[in-house]
Formats: sequence, structure tokens, C-alpha cells
Amino acid sequence: MASADQTATDHSVGLVEPQTFQFDEPLLLVCGRTLPGYQLVVETYGTLNADKSNALLICHALSGDHHAAGYHEGDARPGWWDQHIGPGKPIDTNHYYVVSLNNIGGCAGSTGPTSINAETGKPWGPDFPVVTVTDWVVTQARLADRLGIDRWAAVAGGSLGGMQALQWTIDFPDRVASALIIAASPKLSAQNIAFNEVARRAIMSDPDFHQGRYAEHAGVPHHGLMLARMLGHITYISDDMMRERFGRELREGKVNFGFDVEFQIESYLRHQGETFVDRFDANTYLLMTKALDYFDPAEPFGGDLGKALANVQARFLVVSFTSDWRFSPQRSREIVAALHQNRKPVSYAEIESPDGHDAFLLPHDRYEACLRSFLAQNQTAGRAH
Amino acid sequence: MSQPSSHQASSLRADLRAIVDWIKPGSHLLDLGCGDGALLAYLQREKQITGYGVEIHIAKVNECIDRGVNVIHADIEAGLSEFADNSFDYVVMNQTLQATHYPSDLLGEMLRIGKQGIVTLPNFGHWRCRVQLGLQGKMPVSAALPSAWYETENLHLCSLNDFDRLCADLDLKVLERQVLNHRHARGGMAATLFPNLFGEVALYRVARQ
Repeated sequence: MASADQTATDHSVGLVEPQTFQFDEPLLLVCGRTLPGYQLVVETYGTLNADKSNALLICHALSGDHHAAGYHEGDARPGWWDQHIGPGKPIDTNHYYVVSLNNIGGCAGSTGPTSINAETGKPWGPDFPVVTVTDWVVTQARLADRLGIDRWAAVAGGSLGGMQALQWTIDFPDRVASALIIAASPKLSAQNIAFNEVARRAIMSDPDFHQGRYAEHAGVPHHGLMLARMLGHITYISDDMMRERFGRELREGKVNFGFDVEFQIESYLRHQGETFVDRFDANTYLLMTKALDYFDPAEPFGGDLGKALANVQARFLVVSFTSDWRFSPQRSREIVAALHQNRKPVSYAEIESPDGHDAFLLPHDRYEACLRSFLAQNQTAGRAH
Repeated sequence: MSQPSSHQASSLRADLRAIVDWIKPGSHLLDLGCGDGALLAYLQREKQITGYGVEIHIAKVNECIDRGVNVIHADIEAGLSEFADNSFDYVVMNQTLQATHYPSDLLGEMLRIGKQGIVTLPNFGHWRCRVQLGLQGKMPVSAALPSAWYETENLHLCSLNDFDRLCADLDLKVLERQVLNHRHARGGMAATLFPNLFGEVALYRVARQ
């Protein structure tokens, strides 16, 4: 539990409370279906200035949600990007009004598979439409409208969040002053999709999945979702990191010639899987992996990312991490090259880190310095106008 | 921009100033080995150029971002293939070429990407170098070559004559050449008459034939 004293000294935004916004205007989705209305759960940190020019949107990744920073009453752990959001932190809430939401299809309060479908009176479950990054950006734009924000000073995200930031600059070029695209990719590789497919099969082949209607059977596909998370987690950390943290260390100091947990890495992965099942919905996991698989902003432009980015107006910061093999530095370089092709303002930093894909969430002086410098330039540019 | 421009303009080093004089306003420029981005920051402000720096050291990359210079954190020798042919008006290598493994390849790449190349180099043919090596029998250390042999980043030092020859071999046209002394001032009469002997730093502007 974080006391007010503690949060004040560690540059935390302190206790935060989510707000819920109801949107009644129907939303035509990329998949062709229409969502009659939806709710977004949102947290904000910092203060919106008088001309509403200091708003910064945070987009979450696969398993993230609106709770990016600070503490909820009674929680011991802060939000998922608390390392980088707060007063005096790289995303400095003394300067920025930070807006973070749970995307539709999610399971943390925004409309998703666990919400009640008004037409049936039952949870949406597997009937929730497949949502895409493009759909999320539309809902985020409507949220901006609701908050009176014409133009984001910055849109920022890591991984799938970075993809949303990229999509923003394409779909609403005049509404994004700068974009921070971290540990992302312009589209998934066959290998990325392969991992997602195994995760989905793990969930869907769990006997408790019931074609996604597990809520009606008062259960959850515990084992499937746990496996999906364990698999995902392997791709979030690097081989070196696993070796360093776990090596071949045994829990009991000896092998038992059985199939119980013996190696520390097994114990770690099971723990990750189990804690995940308690907080995450299996149908949401399926939707999120599909949103990843379908993300390809170049596709409407004949596969030419350069053409897709021809009209962007934002300044870009693209960041990758050397040991990230899920979305390797090379994938970030593709984004940078497409921006070069269009002579767009972009800086790129390839951060030396052993932490794999997860590095974007973790402390790192150089990484933080880059975020800080880029966002500070935003402020000077903003003041000059 | 709200940077104190007058201060920065006056503190621009003379060798950078000489490069600046060659650059047409509004051009698109790539600075390979851009360091802290001082040249690009100046050119953006005073000549409205667009473009990017490429820098291998993350601390310098950070300094570039700090001053609002677009920078790519990369090793220029790992390849510049992501840059299209003729995509820049100028490609600059300021005191960088001699610190690379394959200067000749890089020079070729430079003029694939850029319409013109601007290269600055320490002149190993300068009389002080010759004296130190020829008479004293030791590796030269000077204002233009400040590091001892065991700690220098330089790998491929050359004289002006050597570089002229490389340009000829690569079928490059030297559009302009200027030599500076160690205070980065324009060389005097001696340097004009005998640049390979009296020029400490050379600036070249080159293009394909």
C-alpha cells in the first residue's frame, strides 16, 4: 500500500481514480460490424493547460490497460508505465496532461467481451467484434473530442501501443504534434503471428473455453490462458536475460526426474501465467493478438509504408532495444526509413539493453534521457508557436 | 525554436563555418558521424536545411535530440542501404571518413545517396607530421591529430595528395577544396601554394563525374 508520503517522494502521480466515458454514437468497425455504443475507462495525470496544448495520449500494449501510472487505493503496485510517467519523470506530469485509456475489446472496464451486450442481456464473450488498431484510434479520437483536445502534443506507446501511435499519425495527421513509437513494428512477421496463433490455440483448445462462452459456464479457460501468457512471456525477455536471471538453477538444488516444476525458469513462467489468469480475460487476449496480426498500415497503400506515411505531420521518436527479438531494432528501422523517404522529422535511438521486448517498461538511463529530450523539445517548439 | 541562436552561431567552429558556406539554403542534408549535432542545428536555423544526422554514440544521439536535430542512432559502416539514391543534396562527413574501416566504399555510398559529398580530413602530409615521422621517427600528434597512436579513433589517415588520387580513382570530381590551419582559419599564402605541406585540415566538396 502506497502512503501519500511515499508517493510524494518517489515522483509518483500518487493515488489515481479511473473515470468512465460513455459514447452513444455507433462505431462502424473495420471488420464491417457496428458497435452500437461503448464505454471507455480512462485515467488522467497532470493538468490540462488553458489552450489544451499539453495533452499526451498513452496507448497500451497487449495486456495493458488505462492504469499506466500512480496507485489505486489499496494497491501495492503502481500502473504499468509508472517508471516513466509522473512529476519529474521522462513523461513529466508537471508539463503534460497525460491521458491513458483501456481500449475497446479490453477487459479492464472499457467495453469488451466481458461487458453485457444490450441486445442479448448476456456478456458479449466470443461475439464481441474483432477490433483493429484503426478502430482503437477512432475511439481515442472521439475521446480527444470529448476532452476538448484538438491536437495531442504527443501520442506515445510501446509495442502494440507504439503501433497505435503510428496509426494516429497516419489517420489524423493534423491532430498529432509528435509521436513516440517504442519497441514497435510496422507489421508483424510470420514468426510473430505464429507465436500469437499458438497462444490462441492454447486458449481455444482448453476444455473450459466452451467456444468462448465460458462465462455462461461459470468458469475460465485457466490453463489455456496461462499457457498463452507463458509463451508470450518467453518472447518478451531475451535469452541472455533468462540465462542471467535463472540459468539452469533448480528450485530444490537437484533434479527429481519428474514433470513438476524443477528449474527456476519454469517456476517463474508458471507464476507469470497464473497471476495473469486472475486479471485477464481469454476472449480479450484473443482479440488483442488478432489486432496485432492485422496491423499493417501500409496495406491500403499497396504495402508501401513510405506512401502510408506521406502525409504525416508529427515529429517522431522511434526507439528500439538491442535484445528485443520480438520486435527487433530492424523493424523500427523500417519505420525510420519510411519516414526518411518522405523527409519527415524523425530521431531514432537503439538502446543497448539486455531486457528484451520488456525493456520499454523498465528503468534505463539512456532510454529515459531520450524520451525526456524529445519531449522537452516538444515544449520549446510549443512555446515558440 | 527558442534556442539562443546568436551564441551558438558565433561559437560555430571555423571548419564547420567553411562547410556552412558551401551549403545552399533549403537543401536536404545527411551528416554522417554528426556528433552532437552542432552543424545540423546551425544549418537548420540559419539556412533552413532539412535532414538527418547519423551517430553511433548514444550520448551524442541524446545531445542531438536535445537540440532538436533529427538523428539516427546507427553505425554508418553497417550500411546506408535504407537511404535511396540521390535522396540528399549533400552528404557530409566531417572528420569521420578517416576513422572508418572502408573509406573508399563509404565515399562511394556517400555519392550514391547524395548529389554532392562534403568531406573534411586531417592532412597527414602536413609538414609537422612529416617532421615528427620523418625526423623524430614518431607518430604525429598535432591539433588536427590530437590523440596518441594507441588511442586515436583514426584508422585510415591520408595526405591531400592521397585523397585527390582516391577521388580520381573513384571517378569523383573535386568541385572545391579548401585547406585550414590548426586554428581552423583559412590557410595563408603558403597553404594556398603548397596545400599538402601547409594545410592541416582539408575540406572537399565532391560529386560524381
